Formats: sequence, structure tokens, C-alpha cells
Amino acid sequence: MLSRLSKSYRAVHAVRGVDLVIAPGETVALLGPNGAGKTTTIEMMLGLTRPDSGTVSVFGAPPAAARQAGRFGAMLQTGSPLDHLRVREIVTLMASYYPRPLGVAEVLRLTGAEEFAGRWTTKLSGGQVQRVRFAAAIVGDPDLLLLDEPTAGLDVEGRRDFWQAMRAMTEQGKTVLFATHYLEEADACADRIVLLARGQIVADGPATEIKAQVGSRTIRATLPEATVAALAALPGVRSAERHGEAVVLTCTDADAALPALLTAFPAARDIEVAGGSLEEAFLELTAAGETTGPGDAPGGARGVTR
Amino acid sequence: MTHLRYEILRTLRNPAFAGLTLALPLVLFYSVAAGQRHVMHDGTSFPLYFMTAMAVYGAMYAAMAPGARIARDRATGWLRQIRITPLRTRTEFTAKVAGAYLLALPALVLLFLAGASLGVRLSAAQWLEMAGLLLAGLAPLVVTGLVLGYLLSSDAVAPAFAGVVVLLALVGGVFGFQLATSGPVFDVMKGLPSYWLVQAGKTALGGGGWPAEAWIVVAVWTVVLIPAAALAYRRSAIRA
Repeated sequence: MLSRLSKSYRAVHAVRGVDLVIAPGETVALLGPNGAGKTTTIEMMLGLTRPDSGTVSVFGAPPAAARQAGRFGAMLQTGSPLDHLRVREIVTLMASYYPRPLGVAEVLRLTGAEEFAGRWTTKLSGGQVQRVRFAAAIVGDPDLLLLDEPTAGLDVEGRRDFWQAMRAMTEQGKTVLFATHYLEEADACADRIVLLARGQIVADGPATEIKAQVGSRTIRATLPEATVAALAALPGVRSAERHGEAVVLTCTDADAALPALLTAFPAARDIEVAGGSLEEAFLELTAAGETTGPGDAPGGARGVTR
Repeated sequence: MTHLRYEILRTLRNPAFAGLTLALPLVLFYSVAAGQRHVMHDGTSFPLYFMTAMAVYGAMYAAMAPGARIARDRATGWLRQIRITPLRTRTEFTAKVAGAYLLALPALVLLFLAGASLGVRLSAAQWLEMAGLLLAGLAPLVVTGLVLGYLLSSDAVAPAFAGVVVLLALVGGVFGFQLATSGPVFDVMKGLPSYWLVQAGKTALGGGGWPAEAWIVVAVWTVVLIPAAALAYRRSAIRA
């Protein structure tokens, strides 16, 4: 399966020149803040949104062919289940569309929808609706699962159950692409993370690598006498800031920076190490992406101002 | 088959929707015809004449009614979820057409029963011929319901249906007067399925079935509208 070069320009440039190849059996997280283009990318792969330029290829064919062969399963962000049906019935209905569906009872159990299977679809809580969406996505036993923020609206227990069920699916060799704005979720559940910001891929690699890249840590300490320049020069430190008596070090490698800080400035007190905010990391990476090689970014918006 | 079964189930589980669709022509019929049981209209009894008029009107409405549900289902967003499955257009349309006739048939039967209760007496052959022609003549309206259901928002669909039904009924002569009996206006009338629905009703009053022209008009409208519905269906899931 490969999906290559899908671009889209709309009134807002939702997705700008995305190139992505996903191998069969991979679990890929599409990580990005709100408005990064995650939903648009997923909907283009499903054939629900037509790209303005570029092509999408799923298992070597256009999305429509994969759809007709019953190879897609998806959880979309929108869509409340059809009314005048019970939960078991709507899952049965979705199963009937696929050539080789899983057993409805099995899917209800796997998704935790069993306990409210007899309830009307209009009488469900947000978390229950999400479980019904999950059941609808997997009941056709699809080869490729596209999940748009699948754990939105789920509580902690619901999230844990969801990923447990998901792991059972990936162990059967399913290809999974899921969108999320939680780094922890991407890190814990994906082999590979694709980082999307402002419609562009800003990083793509194994989960551990991306985590190190965006999951930068900050060290805070009370340290009146050190200069910002000296702090920034410490190993593993990317930048340093001073706020009165306190200093904040943004680190690429906090494990190296902390001992170096204590060796150079033994007077440092009130030391805290914290994970950096993902938003900051995104902004940094996006900014970096825009300054290097304007030729990389297709000039949708740029063509006018040039 | 499952798709068809649940489509019918959903129609039946919505008694308010089905009930109102069926009740309106019935209420109109009784409120107007009950007081004029023994009045004659164009040489036939008023209840017989008005029964056929309301049967046409009610059946037209019932035939388009599933379109309103399509628009509502689209608004919930679940149809996009269905559109990533291998569900075929033909399966979807078959279910919707069945749903339409599921409402149109009782609409006719109820009106016929209402007519009989006010003294309308026809032979079995006349009842059957009238019902058969009306059901056949509804085909273009069923498909129109699909086109509008896939095309319009759920807010727009109700007034659009009311407009289409009233306009077709008016020009087709459902309300008891014909706009013209010759000339270009009459030619337009004869090109509309609603005109032939009225004529189908009149077969019961002693007319002799449908001429070939009627079958052609109904067939052409249906054949032209089906691809339009398929296009509307395909467009409805995709964002440009």
C-alpha cells in the first residue's frame, strides 16, 4: 500500500504538498495541532475529499477501488449514528456492506459496545458513540484503518480499552493511520510518527526519534549569577532564557544538560525538569521548515505575493 | 438485503413521520368530501372525483417523503461513514425506492378506503387498474425525491418538496381544473407525470387506461432522473 503526494489547496491551504508512503502493516500516527490538516489528509485518502492537485493511491489503486473492495475502515470525526436503530443493528448494517465482515457479537465485545448494544443510537453518551464508530470502522475487517482522533470524547479507561482493542487489530497485520494531537498517544501506539503542521509534514520518522525531536525538555532553576550565554553553551541545551532570578533552559538532551548545569553552576536551586509543550515544538519545527528552501513548499499562497 | 430491511424498519419505527405523511390527504378528503357526499361533479359523484384527486396528491407526497429522510441522514454525517464502505449505489437506491412505495401504497389504500366509506363503489378491476397506474406514474416522483434529498440541505428539502408537489399537482390538474385543454400549455401539461397521474385516477371514472404517450412520459422522466440521482448521490459525500 502506498499513498503518495497528495496536495490540496482550498480557501484555507489545509494541506500543502504532502508526500507520504505507508507500508502495509505499519501503524502510523499523524500528529499535529488543530488545523494542521490531519482530517483533510485522511479524507483525501478515503476519497471523501478531492485533492486539488496530487494523487492518492491506496494498495496501488485510486481510493474508490479500495473502497469497493471493502479495504477501508474509518472513524471520522463527524457523524452521529443513524436514528431509529439500536446499536447492535447499526453495527449489523455496517457489516452487511462488506464482503467478509467480522462477527457482530465479537466486534461489540471487542469495542466494549456490548453492554449498551440494545440501546437506541440516539440515546448514547459521547463515549458510547465513539465506541459505535470504532465498531463500525472494524466490523468489515478492513485492511486499512484510518482513524481521525479516535479517542476524542473517551475517558481514561475508554482510551486504554480502545488502544488495547486496536493493538489486537494491528497484530493481525492491519495497516493503521490515526490522527491525534497527543504526543503520548502517538508515542505509545504508533511505530512511526508523521508530524503535520500548517498542512505540511515537518517531521517523519520512528516514534522514538520524533519524540526526542519534539519532546524537548525544559530545565528550570533559580540561578541569579549565571549569564544566559554561558547557560546556552552547556551541552544538550538549545536555548536559555532568564526571568528574574530564574532561568529556563530548553534542552535537546536534558540527560546531558542537567549534570553539566550542576557541575558548572553548583549554586543552582529549585531545579525542575519538565516536558516541553508540543505546541511550542510544532511552532519551532514549522518555522524552521519555512525558512529552509522555499522551493519545497508549493506556492499556492506565495504565487500572488511574490 | 440487510440494507433494505433496515431501511424499511427505520421507516416503520418513525410513526410520526409516516403517520403525518399519510394523514394529511386523508384529513383533507374527509373535511371536504364528507359534506358533499351526494353532490355531482362533471357527471360523477364528488367523493369519487375528490378521492382520486387526494389519492394522487397524497401518493405524490408519500413518494417523495424518503428524500426528506435522506437529507436528514446526510445532516447527521453518518452517510459519509457509509460512503467509505463498498455499499453500491444500486443497493442504496433499491432500498430508498422500496421505502417510498412503502409509504405511497398505504397512502393510496387509505384514500380508497376513505372513498368507499363515503359511498364510492368501483369494480375490483377498476380499483386495481387505478392503483397500478398510480403506482407506476409515481416512479418519476420517487426519483425526484432522491435527487432533492441528496442535493438539498435538510432545511431546504421540506419547502422544496411542498413546492414541487403543489406545482405538479396544479399544472397536472389534480385540483379539479385544467389550465388548458389545447395549445402549448396543454402540451406542457401532457409532458408532466402528474397529468398522467390524474388521468390514471380518471380511468376509474370510465376512462380507458393510459395511452402510449403516458407510458413514454413516465418512462422518460424516470430514465432521465435516475442518472441525476446517481450524480447527486455521488456528489453528496465528496467535498470539492
